[in-house]
Amino acid sequence: MSDKSALELVSLTKRYGDTIAVDAIDQKIPGGTYTCLLGPSGCGKSSTLRMIAGHETASSGDIVLDGHNITDLPPAKRGTAMMFQSYALFPHLSVTENVAFSLKMKGVDKGTRQERARELLELVDMSAYGERLPEQLSGGQQQRVALARALITKPSILLLDEPLSALDPFLRLRMRTELKRLQRELGISFIHVTHSQDEALALADHIIVMNGGLIEQDGKPQEVFDAPRTEFVARFIGGHNIMAGEGGKLAVRADRIFLHQEQTPDAALSAVVRAVEYLGTSVNVAVEAPATGELNVTVGDTAFFANPIEIGQSVFLSWKPEDAHSLAA
Amino acid sequence: MSDLTQTMALEAQTSAPGKARKSLGLSDTVTGWLLSLPLTLVLFFFLVLPIVMIVIVSFWGATEFSIYPAFQFDNYEFLLTSPVTYSVFLNTIKYAVITWAITLVLGFTIAYFLAFHVRTLTWQIVLFLLCTIPFWTSNIIRMISWIPFLGRNGIANSALISMGVIDEPLEWLLFSDFSVILAFVHLYTLFMVVPIFNTMMRIDKSLIEAAYDNGATGFQTLTNVIIPLTKPGIMIGSIFVVTLVMGDFITVRFMSGSQKANVGRLISNDIALLQYPSAAATAVILLITVLIVIGILLRFVDIRKEL
Repeated sequence: MSDKSALELVSLTKRYGDTIAVDAIDQKIPGGTYTCLLGPSGCGKSSTLRMIAGHETASSGDIVLDGHNITDLPPAKRGTAMMFQSYALFPHLSVTENVAFSLKMKGVDKGTRQERARELLELVDMSAYGERLPEQLSGGQQQRVALARALITKPSILLLDEPLSALDPFLRLRMRTELKRLQRELGISFIHVTHSQDEALALADHIIVMNGGLIEQDGKPQEVFDAPRTEFVARFIGGHNIMAGEGGKLAVRADRIFLHQEQTPDAALSAVVRAVEYLGTSVNVAVEAPATGELNVTVGDTAFFANPIEIGQSVFLSWKPEDAHSLAA
Repeated sequence: MSDLTQTMALEAQTSAPGKARKSLGLSDTVTGWLLSLPLTLVLFFFLVLPIVMIVIVSFWGATEFSIYPAFQFDNYEFLLTSPVTYSVFLNTIKYAVITWAITLVLGFTIAYFLAFHVRTLTWQIVLFLLCTIPFWTSNIIRMISWIPFLGRNGIANSALISMGVIDEPLEWLLFSDFSVILAFVHLYTLFMVVPIFNTMMRIDKSLIEAAYDNGATGFQTLTNVIIPLTKPGIMIGSIFVVTLVMGDFITVRFMSGSQKANVGRLISNDIALLQYPSAAATAVILLITVLIVIGILLRFVDIRKEL
């Protein structure tokens, strides 16, 4: 994809009274990518999204889309469309009327707008439900309708505010695949706010981790997961052990630590096994080392059962130097 | 897969107490009837029985000094052939329609302001309570207090004269249709505000944002989203106001200085003259009229969703 619909945030800030929700963030988001804004609740990710959407005014800074400054434009004039967390479908309108709502507001005649709405409903596989009311649909179906309603405005960026959080776990996985498929087919940017690192890793081309109104790290999912830059990112993204090294704190992935039952020359630590959890494809071994406190080690199931480890046993840990990433303070 | 089994286990758990409830050994039907019995009795003795009495009495006969049981249509015949009845009913409906229109506009505006412009719940409650302050005094006192304000030498007239807007006192301020409707509006606007406000508070605020996101202007949002979603509240408020105004007699008597008539005053005059059968017949006709009006209103909106 070209950079036609590239989005740029320039020292974007949001203040509510004395509290700063978003603190002068600078970020470029290339066009046609799936970007996840990841962070705990209250980290400023939703405020950022709502400022991009135009539902929240920026306290200072600029939002530039496709070379135009859209900071002060109303939502419908920005080329963005938002999909709300609760879907916000109009309960008194049928599915078709919901999808065609923006066209009706523009004064498009009934025949044309129903035709367009049908096309969009086909795209999200909801053609059979055009006459239903939102309350007659399941959560997943409501979400598809909300998607169709957002996409009918032909946005260059679709903004999704925690789109999967209202679904049950089973449906969440299915809609996740669906969202990714739609984004690939349409070739527009999706910016997706979530607090679930699994969701972000599975969906995103680009992850932006936020905390306390600041961007902690951004990059490709595997970069962020492999080499967290700060302690916060390492903890939030999970699967990492954080320990104090000589030049500051270190993060090592739990599955990159090797467990030895005998002392080996490269073993960095000795520890005592505190708990063993069988997770199906792998086994999680919690160990306690006097030097670092509790650590988690993930061992593949085959490797583990070839050489089982008992609780209370002494073990020795080692890892490759390139797997230890030093963290910024 | 494990999530699926979990939810199934949860469902099984939640449905369990339903089965455990029949501990008294009564079937659900019997329990249902017993539970509804107290309210049924209250409604029977205080609503159904009086109405049946009124209907029966409306067929009785009356002389100047006595009433006697009978089954005759004299009262209805007199009522339905008298031109006075029609003009009084028409006047009553006029009051109802005008009051309804004004209270609707006022009530909707106030409720809209409270629900969508006042941001914090605290202020919403404070302002809402402010609306109810007039209800701390009785209806009659609130009505009477208009009289010194609107009178020939009242505050309104003297203020307007001293400001030079008018030279002579306005005669139509008091003891007129104007003062009657003013009092009605004053008394009953809150009955419109409360149900509309209640419905508006249930509208998900993200719907307004969604409309805005889809390019709706403020006015389009109002007509396409807020008004359709507020309809049940509007209907409930309308039923309150219409029935209250159509059944009223004291406001019309006080505020019109006994110069205007509505059905309520017709009934109260009959009662004062001890013409109970005639009063009962008028009451029956009024009841039917009000029921027809409510029937028409309910045709437009399904208020069951609100209850």
